[in-house]
Amino acid sequence: MATAQPAQRGSEAVAGGPQALMSVRGLGIRFKTSLGVWQATRKIDFDIAPGERVGIVGESGCGKTITGLSILRLLPNNLAGLDGSIHFDGTDLASCSTREMRAIRGRRIAMIFQEPMSALDPVFTVGHQIAETLRVHTNVTREEARERTLEMLRRVGIASPERRIDDYPHQLSGGMRQRVMIAASLICGPQLLIADEPTTALDVTVQAQILELLRDLSETSNTALMLITHDLGVVAETCTRMITMYAGEVIEDAAVDDALVRPLHPYTSGLLRSLPHLSPRHGKLPSIPGRVPSIMDMPNGCRFKARCAHAVAGCEKEQALLDAGNGRKVRCWRFRELELPGALQHAATSPIAAMVASP
Amino acid sequence: MTPQTADNAIVSVRDLQVGFQTTDRRAVVKAVDGVSFDVRRGETFGIIGESGSGKTTIGRALVFLLKPSGGAILHNGVDPLAMPRQQFQNHRRDYQIIFQDPNAALNPRMTILSSVLEPLELARAGSKAERLQRAHEAMDRVGLPLDLGERYPHQLSGGQKQRVVIARALTLRPKMIVCDEVVAALDMSIRGDVLNLFAELQRDLGLTYVFITHDLAVVSHISERIAVMYLGRFVELGPTEKVSEHPLHPYTRALLSAEPRPLPSTMRGNNRIVLQGEIPSPIDPPSGCRFRTRCQYAQAVCAEKTPDWRELMPDHWVACHFAHRPNFSPN
Repeated sequence: MATAQPAQRGSEAVAGGPQALMSVRGLGIRFKTSLGVWQATRKIDFDIAPGERVGIVGESGCGKTITGLSILRLLPNNLAGLDGSIHFDGTDLASCSTREMRAIRGRRIAMIFQEPMSALDPVFTVGHQIAETLRVHTNVTREEARERTLEMLRRVGIASPERRIDDYPHQLSGGMRQRVMIAASLICGPQLLIADEPTTALDVTVQAQILELLRDLSETSNTALMLITHDLGVVAETCTRMITMYAGEVIEDAAVDDALVRPLHPYTSGLLRSLPHLSPRHGKLPSIPGRVPSIMDMPNGCRFKARCAHAVAGCEKEQALLDAGNGRKVRCWRFRELELPGALQHAATSPIAAMVASP
Repeated sequence: MTPQTADNAIVSVRDLQVGFQTTDRRAVVKAVDGVSFDVRRGETFGIIGESGSGKTTIGRALVFLLKPSGGAILHNGVDPLAMPRQQFQNHRRDYQIIFQDPNAALNPRMTILSSVLEPLELARAGSKAERLQRAHEAMDRVGLPLDLGERYPHQLSGGQKQRVVIARALTLRPKMIVCDEVVAALDMSIRGDVLNLFAELQRDLGLTYVFITHDLAVVSHISERIAVMYLGRFVELGPTEKVSEHPLHPYTRALLSAEPRPLPSTMRGNNRIVLQGEIPSPIDPPSGCRFRTRCQYAQAVCAEKTPDWRELMPDHWVACHFAHRPNFSPN
């Protein structure tokens, strides 16, 4: 079975302006630790339009997960402060009251996580847990809630939901548990679904099923998707726009195809180069030298400059997220003069080219 | 079945079976159920499969961390289980294994140097000065600065910790290393470095690897040959180029097409095969061909008869009733 042709994507996928569902501006998160206050992320700016599917990409520690959690204000107790604003459909989530937040969380913005087994409660049936969201947020009767739960289980592709609704989480496979989580998150019809590495714990054949499901549900119900992942392949297959993060900052924001074909930030290009998919077989894999700077010791100016092959005098100055036209943004002052290779240049000589060419 | 042990086989596996009893002792999970293959000296042999396919069990059995419940594993044509205890202990130093998570493999209370020294001390290799010398050589070999030796695991990055584990495996100068998901826990930008290191060590030291992973891109980059495993059995085995570009088994084809590709939509093609359902339980595997419950080509015969393990093309093996030689084009 082949999937439907992915929706046309490209430069027209420009977000922002008055039609944005969510506008994040200057978001910064600080934590108290025994060694002082740590700035986990800073100056995060991005928009998500209604129904848009946006991938947040980066390596561990870049701040992508904490950015997702901050939108729902699910932050740990050692939070020292939240800067900036998160405007969601008329409400500033960064400053609204706990009560307002509670009405939004789960109903208008839902979230799913990597490990469905730790997100589901082992002592309640899955039907109970899905219906709980509905009963908390709406005035439905028990019967109605069960009816809508069955309908939702069917929509997320669970075969014979009448039998599965009274199962406990341990009776389901990993893929089915993630389907249950998706059912619970979408049952109130949220406008935004935040999915944090939703397929990382799943096998590749099951991952393909879940990604297809997320894409289809987002399209049919016009639910915006914010997909947090380290896997560029997952973003390419699922999203229309890709936001790359590095060391707590957004460094590139572009339509997926644009970012893959012609990345504007040396880090995005380096990430693409380091993928084994895109390298000649048995050859030496290009890698990014060095490592991410420590949160305790962030350099001034560009945070990538110590690992960047294109660093010159001037990179130590503060870098702004620059407008690169066509709705693209990049945090590199040299982006106009750099010609950075993307996926196409790499792919031409690699095994993936043969895979694409073969029927 | 595969021919008699070839001269260049460092490991020969014949009809290997590994079973585990369930906790209530009512059933046996056959994690590996009748697998035969040779690992050739100096090659990288990739084993790919989803969780529950039995790939990790094979890896552990290859270095005798698990005892086979049937069949045989020969190292260089010899059955190590027939050796006297002391000889077996000495023998297994030549066959090392590296795991996914260096945090679990390194003792947090031991310095890096003492972790690297430990295998040498257990083996009572040489004098104290010689052991130190060899530990330093191994650290140097994997690109770790010697002053890291005084540090503890939590002071190192993920990539550095995995290098420590590799250095430790190298100290006893093994002939073969089983690498079980060794890059899965590492970040993308570091993964390349570690894979390059493995390739370099193989070139310089003549090592043989058995590379176990669920990641197609990684396995096809590093391996000469790939075996595809499903529910305790091999379904396909052949040269990397053949398996990844002209797969013979429907499962291999589905696996390859399910891999998310970091390519723009115009280049990704539209040939995905989405498998229904998930891998069945190994306690009660389907009769006949084990993949038939998810296979779009399954016929009645697939439930009745277990497909033979056939060498359909030179060095390219498959277990499917309906696999046929593809029409070759010159390129």
